[in-house]
Amino acid sequence: MNNQVHPVREAIKHAVLILGALIVILPFYVMVSYSLKSPHEIESNTGGFFGAQEPMVDEYCVKLGNPRDACVETPVVYNYTQAFKKAPLLRYLLNGILVTASIFIIQVLVALPCAYALSKLKFWGRDFVFGLVMFCLLIPVHAIALPIYIMLAKIGLTNTYASLVIPWTISVFGIFLMRQFFMTVPDDLIDAARMDGMSEFSIIWKVMLPTAVPALLAFAIFSVVAHWNDYFWPRVAITGNRDLYTPPLGLREFKGDADGSIWGPMMATATIIVTPLIAAFLLAQRRFIEGITLSGMK
Amino acid sequence: MSDIRLNAIFKTFGTTEVLRGIDLDIRAGEFLTLVGPSGCGKSTLLRIIAGLETQTSGDVEIAGTPVNHVRASDRDLAMVFQSYALYPHLTVRQNMATPLVLRDLTFWERAPIVGHALPGRRPKVKSLHAAVDDVAQVLKIEHLMDRKPGQLSGGQRQRVALGRAMVRKPVAFLMDEPLSNLDAALRVHMRSELAELHRSLGVTFIYVTHDQAEALTMSNRMAVMMDGDILQLGAPDEVYDDPKDRRVAEFVGSPKINMLPGRADGHGRVAALGAPLHRHVGLQDQDVTVGIRPEHLQLTTTQADNEGWPFRVTHKENMGADFFLHGTVNGSNHRMVARARPEDVAEVAIGHDVFLRAQSGKAMVFGGDDRRVYFAEGA
Repeated sequence: MNNQVHPVREAIKHAVLILGALIVILPFYVMVSYSLKSPHEIESNTGGFFGAQEPMVDEYCVKLGNPRDACVETPVVYNYTQAFKKAPLLRYLLNGILVTASIFIIQVLVALPCAYALSKLKFWGRDFVFGLVMFCLLIPVHAIALPIYIMLAKIGLTNTYASLVIPWTISVFGIFLMRQFFMTVPDDLIDAARMDGMSEFSIIWKVMLPTAVPALLAFAIFSVVAHWNDYFWPRVAITGNRDLYTPPLGLREFKGDADGSIWGPMMATATIIVTPLIAAFLLAQRRFIEGITLSGMK
Repeated sequence: MSDIRLNAIFKTFGTTEVLRGIDLDIRAGEFLTLVGPSGCGKSTLLRIIAGLETQTSGDVEIAGTPVNHVRASDRDLAMVFQSYALYPHLTVRQNMATPLVLRDLTFWERAPIVGHALPGRRPKVKSLHAAVDDVAQVLKIEHLMDRKPGQLSGGQRQRVALGRAMVRKPVAFLMDEPLSNLDAALRVHMRSELAELHRSLGVTFIYVTHDQAEALTMSNRMAVMMDGDILQLGAPDEVYDDPKDRRVAEFVGSPKINMLPGRADGHGRVAALGAPLHRHVGLQDQDVTVGIRPEHLQLTTTQADNEGWPFRVTHKENMGADFFLHGTVNGSNHRMVARARPEDVAEVAIGHDVFLRAQSGKAMVFGGDDRRVYFAEGA
């Protein structure tokens, strides 16, 4: 192997990577920065990253008839308290957790047995069924959103948690991913479990599931990120009941239609929404790599 | 303790016939080896006995009861796999306890939280852990009990896999090439250990291998399989000394038996590559094959009575206790291998011409159909 590092080539490589990283990070930078600044600083684009943190007057508070002195706050406190006051953000976060967790758990409950059957059981038409799974990967969500909405509406499920969860319970991507992973699990392990007296379902939950933890984590990242951040489907399925809003829908609360958007609290909300995801990802990433390096089957 | 009987087992995968009517009586307590080259159907046969595969036709009986429709786990057999197949997420102790937990505890007793509250569970768990500890002691793996399989060496995993099979005290052990993932030295060591284990347990072992040395060294009886048939079933020395088929003779024994083209004349007298044998066979005017094992060849420097083959040494293999001489029969391309004592070959160097003679009575003659042809009595 050629271990010689050419300095110019390395520099170019790093330059490209740094540029890419900047492009990705910039919106986050703006989000966090805006969540710290006063409205005036945001509009005039001053104050650097943290803003001057000069005490500001909450005009809305004054309009409600409070004395001006009682409405003075530092911008960062104002933004983050408004995020929770103006909209029931805590409720939205709990909704988000409930919905994404339900979706993920049911997806696993469905995908694991399917993947097991598609990879380890021999039955007539197996390849055809797997072909159908692959075919379903090609269908864009938006193409079938309307029919699904109509179906849910007909059985009266719009504006329920069920309407947020049910359409996502069967993840063909999950089935595909787990099937590919199960293909690498040696058949001997399954035969050994059969000899030990496990039923096929016990094999799935007690043998395949623990060995598949790295793959499940990978799938969890995809699934949780997708559904935690999803704006499109909750916007379709939840038409009136604000109690069912997921965090991304909660952001809409700060989009003033006539009197301009309230950027500070809005960005504070956005920061609060993405923080658990980033934390979870960093944690999972470590486990994820551990899982891959430790999973010596042989 | 019970017999396992196979009656006319056929197995086809699609259009390929893997097993063609296997009949086999496995005696209680014996060490039976199924040996053959890869693809001969030996593993499939073992899996059929285990219940992991269903035969296309035929019956499997354990202790006189047909078990064709009995689940693998209910046949009371234990299996050791080539890859050991330990549960990677469980400790050694949990791995070994798994078959007992599944057999002895009820569904509710196995349940995560509810189970612990059930009164009957505690004594059962205690006794199964005692059983696990006993086996661990026998296999000398007590110090490994809290490790995961990933932290064990190949030999240690092998022992754990054996232990997991032993805790059940099964009717028979089924072993599918359990030693082939070990390094050579450990494999030889485990051979004797397995044979000892078999003697001390006194349980039936059915052992599948492609290594004829394992079959010869360990088994009470060995079944040589080829192309879905059992060619010969017998004690190892019987199979080695008296192969009934050319393919058996060629498969069993290392280095391989020398096979020379020969011909039986009008009187049944056989000559191989020009050298006549002493005795007669019951065939006339036919092409035959003459087999002579390397240790049945004698080295001489002179040729007497046209007996034996002129032989040019092309390679001398020093095995310590003896030498293997590789070479060709002069005037033909036939390669032969002879085993000799070191003192006999001290003078022989590569490129030398010597003579090889078959020890009297040791050559074997095989007919055109590969079947053994015996010498006529008293001839």
